[in-house]
Amino acid sequence: MGKWFKSGSPWIWMTGGAVSISLIAVLGLLLLIAWRGLSYFWPADIYQWQLENNRGEKSTLIGEIYDREQVPTERLISAGHTFNQHPGEFVERYLVKTGNREFVGLDFRWILATDIVSRSTPAGIAKFERTKNGNFYGYPVAVINDGKRIALTDDNIETALTAQIERAVDLSSQALSLQKSDIGSINYSLERLRLKARKFELDGKLTAQAKADFDQQAKQLNDEYLLLENALFDLRDQAARDSVVIRDMRGQEVTLNLNSILDVTYVNHLSLLAKIGHWFSGLGHFVNDDPREANTEGGVFPAIFGTVFMVMLMAVIVTPFGVIAAIYLHEYAKKGPITKMIRIAVINLAGVPSIVYGVFGLGFFVYMLGGSIDQLFYPEALPAPTFGSPGVIWSALTLAILTLPVVIVSTEEGLSRIPSAVRQGSLALGATKAETLWRIVIPMASPAIMTGLILAVARAAGEVAPLMLVGVVKLAPTLPIDMNFPFVHLERKFMHLGFHIYDVGFQSPNVEAARPLVYATSFLLVSVIVALNLTAISVRNHLREKFRSLEH
Amino acid sequence: MISIDRTANQLQTVDLANLPAQDTALEIRNLDLSYADKQALFDVSMKIPKKQVTAFIGPSGCGKSTLLRCINRMNDLVDTCKIGGEILLHGQNIYDKKVDVASLRRNVGMVFQRPNPFPKSIYENVVYGLRLQGLNNRRELDEAAERSLRGAAIWDEVKDRLHDNAFGLSGGQQQRLVIARAIAIEPEVLLLDEPTSALDPISTLTIEELITELKEKYTVVIVTHNMQQAARVSDQTAFMYMGELVEYANTNTIFTTPKKRKTEDYITGRYG
Repeated sequence: MGKWFKSGSPWIWMTGGAVSISLIAVLGLLLLIAWRGLSYFWPADIYQWQLENNRGEKSTLIGEIYDREQVPTERLISAGHTFNQHPGEFVERYLVKTGNREFVGLDFRWILATDIVSRSTPAGIAKFERTKNGNFYGYPVAVINDGKRIALTDDNIETALTAQIERAVDLSSQALSLQKSDIGSINYSLERLRLKARKFELDGKLTAQAKADFDQQAKQLNDEYLLLENALFDLRDQAARDSVVIRDMRGQEVTLNLNSILDVTYVNHLSLLAKIGHWFSGLGHFVNDDPREANTEGGVFPAIFGTVFMVMLMAVIVTPFGVIAAIYLHEYAKKGPITKMIRIAVINLAGVPSIVYGVFGLGFFVYMLGGSIDQLFYPEALPAPTFGSPGVIWSALTLAILTLPVVIVSTEEGLSRIPSAVRQGSLALGATKAETLWRIVIPMASPAIMTGLILAVARAAGEVAPLMLVGVVKLAPTLPIDMNFPFVHLERKFMHLGFHIYDVGFQSPNVEAARPLVYATSFLLVSVIVALNLTAISVRNHLREKFRSLEH
Repeated sequence: MISIDRTANQLQTVDLANLPAQDTALEIRNLDLSYADKQALFDVSMKIPKKQVTAFIGPSGCGKSTLLRCINRMNDLVDTCKIGGEILLHGQNIYDKKVDVASLRRNVGMVFQRPNPFPKSIYENVVYGLRLQGLNNRRELDEAAERSLRGAAIWDEVKDRLHDNAFGLSGGQQQRLVIARAIAIEPEVLLLDEPTSALDPISTLTIEELITELKEKYTVVIVTHNMQQAARVSDQTAFMYMGELVEYANTNTIFTTPKKRKTEDYITGRYG
């Protein structure tokens, strides 16, 4: 035993064990999030249960199994549930997503295994994804095409139902894009016109001539608006022409207008290949679509866009700033107690809790800086703030301060690794210190700068707390970049994946529906951070290859 | 005693004490230097003749490199360094406040102990000094690069890969590249700080041959701890010991009939 200890083996086992535990922890976390997040998009079978409760009441239930658990019988009995015959120590129960929210109140229901008489997976059940009220499950019976009722049979499902839905979806998306781009930009122009008029008024230049001019322009825009509005209503009316008749689990026929339906799937009918196709398209919709219904349905595209845009903006701000500060500290500042203290202070900045940065950002950037910008450059919009309210630029600036120490520290480290022989070589050729810095030192330190940037991006992309104070919102109607002049709107609020997770998980009206979205969004956030980091790492490796003299 | 392998017509004996001004490249007058509280050079005075090779020899720590680095003010980089006395280039004290250090270094080039190419292509290394001077004309740069690389006897080895990274070269090639880089800006004086100490014997030989060619155009000052090298390449030799210039004379004289006891002890290998 003593020999075994002396040989160092326990030490190797201990260190190796520590590494494996960390690896298992990281992989386990990723796998759990990935599995639960990605399985959400798999088209689950739709079951039809025949139920009979302890009082002998029979009912039918249609839905997807969302979750299952073992409940101690004792607990159910003490909660007032009675069993006709004792079912054993545990009873299995299922959480069923029944959809049809407007008809059954709750679209999730627990059913006990003891109540189930039979279970089947009928091929005729379809899942309708809707823009409002979640999914609808039932048997499509007929399509009402322009007032004509066409009964659905196996032969005409494709032509009668799917084609009609595609038509309606197509019209709805046309209407949406009309509303978002054309009508949106007219509204934007009208607002700008109003602000311009107000500016003239403030400057005392609003003559009768100018006023008439503005009115004329506004009238023109309003006319265009009316025209587009008519087109929009027209499209919407056309989309609302058809409807579908569905027999739901209560056995009643329900008529749903096709303009609210996004997709229909006969899930039980699908082959494996088709399911895989559905999984991919589900994932695609999640990544590309806007959220619906208080973020519990639809996609997270604005959140992805907001996260990436904000992080990139932050990187653009923090890199030059941090690099310049590091150069001063390392190259120009006199070595002494003051420099040492500044350096310690910078390193300690990294330890300040992030919410404190959020408070600082709100107080300094949003109210002071933004407020002053509004006073100076946007007086016409006051009292409505332009830059004086939380926005993506303030978020990026706040996170830039938060990550500044990381960039400074790693840049300094990179600068100190550059051999003095190379610096002297440049100086001996008649270069000044500044020329040596620009031409030799900074390029050679660029891999270290990239390392700092990678760490900064990793930290910033995951930060949520400060953002809640300086620019993140639950739902942003517009992206920070659009087709309206000046195209990049840094003052706008934005959506963020990290905040989206918090919002969906804890602020959602429909907790059960939101849970898988929390996993899916978390997985997406991790993927976005990994993608950002991989990009930066590949750039760094390229730079390292270029300046590989540093390695030996 | 070290044999001196030279033919008589190569030998240039000059009277160092009474060197006329037009033949003097540099004059060092009463130079004192100290780092923090340790004095490294004591009252050094010497005249370095134009277009000849002058070697500084002496044991480690004798101040020969420090003296060399004074000539292009590389010691300015050391914060604690204090210098007294003067070094005259064209009759102008280079430690005068009016002197621009960057332009001084353009006139007094330097090659270091270890090859220190920049992490750039061979071509960019050579034209670095010219680009610093604002020269960007492609044709002129090409010409200068070829001229310098030929001057440093490395053109034939690198002409086909001018745009490859300079780190791909061997140590000896890198050192010649660094010399090419130094002569690209056409300095008057070229300082070589133990240029072959990190190289193998064959590369050393190449560099030594190069040094004898370089003196056609430049005044060369070389620091070496290798006495044979000093004997082979230099016209003048200065022997330094403990921060003092012990003896400074024609190489031939130093190695055959040294006047001072210390010099004789050193070159016969009794210490150092």
